[in-house]
Amino acid sequence: MSVQKRNKPNFIDLIPNPVWMIISLVTAFLLWTLISVSEKGGVVFATPWEVVEKLIAKGSDGTLWPHIGFSLFRVITGFLIGFVVSIPVAFLMGWYQPIRNVLEPWIQFIRNIPPLAYIPLIIVGAGVGEQAKVIVIFIASFLVMVVTIYQGVLNVDTTLIKAARVLGAKDRNIFIRVVIPASTPFILTGARLGLSSALTTLVAAELTGASKGLGMMIQKASGYYDMATVLLGIFIIGIIGISMEKFVQFLERRLTGWQETIGR
Amino acid sequence: MAGDNRPLKVKIENVVKKFATRRGEMVALNGVSLDIKENEFVSVVGPSGCGKSTLLNIIAGLAEPTEGHVYVDGQEVTEPGPDRGVVFQQYALFPWLTVEDNVKFGLSLKGVKDKEAKKLVEKYLKMVDLEGFAKSYPKELSGGMKQRVAIARAYAVNPKVLLMDEPFGALDAQTRTQLQSELLVTWEKEQKTCFFITHDVEEAVILSQRVVIMSARPGRIKEIVDIDIPYPRDQETKLTSEFLKYKNHIWEQVYREYLEVRK
Repeated sequence: MSVQKRNKPNFIDLIPNPVWMIISLVTAFLLWTLISVSEKGGVVFATPWEVVEKLIAKGSDGTLWPHIGFSLFRVITGFLIGFVVSIPVAFLMGWYQPIRNVLEPWIQFIRNIPPLAYIPLIIVGAGVGEQAKVIVIFIASFLVMVVTIYQGVLNVDTTLIKAARVLGAKDRNIFIRVVIPASTPFILTGARLGLSSALTTLVAAELTGASKGLGMMIQKASGYYDMATVLLGIFIIGIIGISMEKFVQFLERRLTGWQETIGR
Repeated sequence: MAGDNRPLKVKIENVVKKFATRRGEMVALNGVSLDIKENEFVSVVGPSGCGKSTLLNIIAGLAEPTEGHVYVDGQEVTEPGPDRGVVFQQYALFPWLTVEDNVKFGLSLKGVKDKEAKKLVEKYLKMVDLEGFAKSYPKELSGGMKQRVAIARAYAVNPKVLLMDEPFGALDAQTRTQLQSELLVTWEKEQKTCFFITHDVEEAVILSQRVVIMSARPGRIKEIVDIDIPYPRDQETKLTSEFLKYKNHIWEQVYREYLEVRK
């Protein structure tokens, strides 16, 4: 029989989560070190201390901060514009079937095209300045958010709308007091997906030619075969990504704690 | 029935409801007429698919009759409004609002001043015995407690008619009996015209002054039974021979309809 009764808690169950986090970090660090000192792995991966040296060097001479600053500015601006535009569009699509029927196939179509493919169009249209990069990030994050949020609007429990109507709510009340709060979880999920796609598109956007930006820093460094800088750039993008994710998760806990959840 | 010079509250006049389906037209209600007096408690029983929920939705103004009319206090029903409160089977509480804000929802739409609204919320939460849960969110409540909040919310806007669509249908047997008893007490204290839908014959008999038996497909009124058992009633009433006589008679009628549907 494979089913066993276990009264004593397993050794593995006793390890608290923060300890797992440390175990995971140490394992990854060891693996990275091992690969970077090996003959073949060393060609691709700089050693951890080389990356740390680079961070200190670039941090102290001030060349690193503009890269981070410009990239953050592009990601956040593109995302915010996308967010602000996607909410009304998503609500219109959820609320009015003709709008949905016309827009949805195109949103789905464009959503599946990698931004790299339409970057030339944007460069021709908007030049190689900041505008072009923000536009690319805007398009990518907008499309993801609009699809997620409008699904949420469509799925608002009709019983809640009925309940509001019999309590005397008119269309406007229903929109503000039922549809918007009921869609908040989807808006936040959309924001999370939108941020992650904004970041994903960043490197592609910075290929449109930029003097500053993490994507550009990685590009340039790879030209000089400076793998430590490449890794440093990748790590910083990763850290930005996970911080944004944590921030949205924090908002979700604050704003949608009322949701029924399965289990605990 | 005793004291039946009470004024007419709800008039249902020859209501027909047809739905267009892929297989053609489906007649859900075929000429239903019913008069409900002020402060009367009327229940509707019948097999699933007899159109009882459709009838409730039409009175609530959530559905339109294909033919016929519904009047509340002589005014024709054309849309939903706070003069007809509804308690749904699925509770339909707003999960993002606390218990007190749920009860307040209809009051603020009515333009009731905050101070007065607060008093009313307190009163009706006390009525359903949930004063201690004003700040809780629906997800923290059991099914029975949720439905009590929904009842308080419906009462708070002081509707002329209370429409209940199998309100206790999703609850376990023990909670259901408890809520029936509470509803009996509430109804006697806060006189209100009640239109109650259920598939539980016992529940219909213990609560109501009149039980309407509906036949299935197309839905029609088959029989209306006056329940001449004096109030106050409680769970003990269910043991009396009178009660059982009503229950058996109605149950038999409903069961026949059920067999009809299965044919």
